[in-house]
Amino acid sequence: MRIRTIVWRELFERKNQLVTSFLAILVGITAIVSIKNVTFFSEKAVAKELDALGANILILPKSASLQDYYSADLQEEEFPEEYVTRLTTSDLQGLDNLSPKLSLQTEVEGKRVTLTGILPKSEFQAKAAWLGAGIFSRPQGCGVVTAAPGVAPQAQDTLTQGGCGVTTAQGAGNPPAKETLVRKRVIDSLGSSEALVGPDVAASLGLKQGDSVKLLGKPFTVTAILPQTGTIDDSRVFVHLHTLQQMTGKGYVLNAIEIVGCCNQISKGLVQKINKLLPEAKVVTIAQVVDTQIKTNRIMSRLSLIFLVIIFLVGGVSIANYMYANVFERRREIGTLMALGAGSSLILRMFVLKACLLGLTGGICGYALGTVLAVTLGPRLAGIPVLPMPVLLAWAVGLSLAVALAGSYFPARRAAHLDPCATLQEV
Amino acid sequence: MVLRIEGVTKNYNHHGRPVAGLSEATLEFPKGDFVSVVGPSGSGKSTLLLVSGGMLSPTKGRVLLDEQSLYDLSADQRASVRRKKIGFLFQTFNLVPYLSALENVQLPLWLAGVDEVSQRERASALLQRVGLGDRLDHKPSELSVGEQQRVALSRALANDPEIILADEPTGNLDPDTSQQIMGFLNEINEEGRTIVMVTHDPRHAARAKRTVKLVAGRLCS
Repeated sequence: MRIRTIVWRELFERKNQLVTSFLAILVGITAIVSIKNVTFFSEKAVAKELDALGANILILPKSASLQDYYSADLQEEEFPEEYVTRLTTSDLQGLDNLSPKLSLQTEVEGKRVTLTGILPKSEFQAKAAWLGAGIFSRPQGCGVVTAAPGVAPQAQDTLTQGGCGVTTAQGAGNPPAKETLVRKRVIDSLGSSEALVGPDVAASLGLKQGDSVKLLGKPFTVTAILPQTGTIDDSRVFVHLHTLQQMTGKGYVLNAIEIVGCCNQISKGLVQKINKLLPEAKVVTIAQVVDTQIKTNRIMSRLSLIFLVIIFLVGGVSIANYMYANVFERRREIGTLMALGAGSSLILRMFVLKACLLGLTGGICGYALGTVLAVTLGPRLAGIPVLPMPVLLAWAVGLSLAVALAGSYFPARRAAHLDPCATLQEV
Repeated sequence: MVLRIEGVTKNYNHHGRPVAGLSEATLEFPKGDFVSVVGPSGSGKSTLLLVSGGMLSPTKGRVLLDEQSLYDLSADQRASVRRKKIGFLFQTFNLVPYLSALENVQLPLWLAGVDEVSQRERASALLQRVGLGDRLDHKPSELSVGEQQRVALSRALANDPEIILADEPTGNLDPDTSQQIMGFLNEINEEGRTIVMVTHDPRHAARAKRTVKLVAGRLCS
């Protein structure tokens, strides 16, 4: 005979009451674990999608209207290029990449194209979506850490931590990969007569690498045909920003600055800070995506909080009710144990141990069931892959134990302080 | 070992009015005594037994066990005294329903800190002694009332107490089983244990060495 023998045997003596309390904990923990699990992977998926979109903040002239993210730089309004300097010399955290742009519509051989002036390196680094084609390197700063396909590990340059704690590649003596050569030649040395042609334009004009094309009356050499991105960029022709500025005679002006900002910094108010720095400009985010993410996160955390309150109330009250009933039903047994010489601390331990067993089992089973629900229903409901999160096991067990112990504390104390004489009902 | 109660009064509160359960009772139970306590219902017999066993604080007076005043001890210290020196036998047996006969007898041994192997050996021997060697794994609900009281008797003897306090131990039993239980009580009294037994049955009272009578909480013998 041990304390655990008596607790274990008694647990199964009153199965109906036990099952009710156990279910209260189980349902609560299951709900919280599944919500937390799906939320975690949902946030991860949204962050990944944001990173894949490339730039996620756009600086436009004050009067500009944002109708479409990728065509929004086709504004007639302009602002000085000096804004770039203001941003780069500021101490703002989370600005991972800047890409100033000047765009205009023109015709080439009778076909309408968008001519965009870029500062090459930053422009390309801002386009994380292009990385998938294996042409360019990774974006700097926050974003997807997966290696660019086709880049052999030995050809990867030394890895360093970039802003937002994301790994970036930088040259460090190893022989450059083919893609890196392409990147260096095309991006870093985009000359005043060189052009990068979007795949749609290349197809409609029948252009290929090395061809010559006349833009605004000036001949350009097609340095590369860009890979398909599925965006309006496929219909663009990129030339050097300063070349375009000279050709149009507009001076050092821009239509837009694309910024790759860290998602977590955006939620911490990066946009507001840029607004403060550039009060004459309009700063927008990929509002719908960010808003959706923030709203989803809020809903999920509110839902988690609601379930947390419910489990504490329903679970705690259910266990307290069960324990009070249990103490009442067992008062004769408690009195007998006291008559046989059991001290109040032993009676207290019996009930606490029972609560621990209930909490532990509820936590483990709730974690298991919640994880199964999240893994099976997550992809169907949220359209994202969900994997088990072992860290939630500790969380579930801790919460379940806390609820069980909180619900059992007063009934256990009551049991320990029962009048043995009254409980025997012999008087 | 001597159990002595000195000028014990116990009043209950019934709907705000004090009701006397025991009045100025003074008694001594020397080692090896077998006392039957008789009297009409509500005369204070059970109160006397519970006060003597350290289970019910008297309103006034003292209860001394080997010159140690029980109610000068804390509740847990009194529990410790009961564990070592006193065995209780109840009219309704008070067996733990979800434990087997063997485990019920093991309870006092477990409370006394005896190891599991010794618990089983001692409990098994006690159940053999009362003729329940073949009922060790039976739950109380699987035993007859006579068998249940024999399990309760084994449990009362588990820690080898010097005093047995029995509250109408035959009250729920048929005549044959009652005789059997009384036989066991006489047997353990002959071993030198003190027995204080509350009973309504004059024939059973007659088997004790002496009888005390309570009427309206007062000793009449």
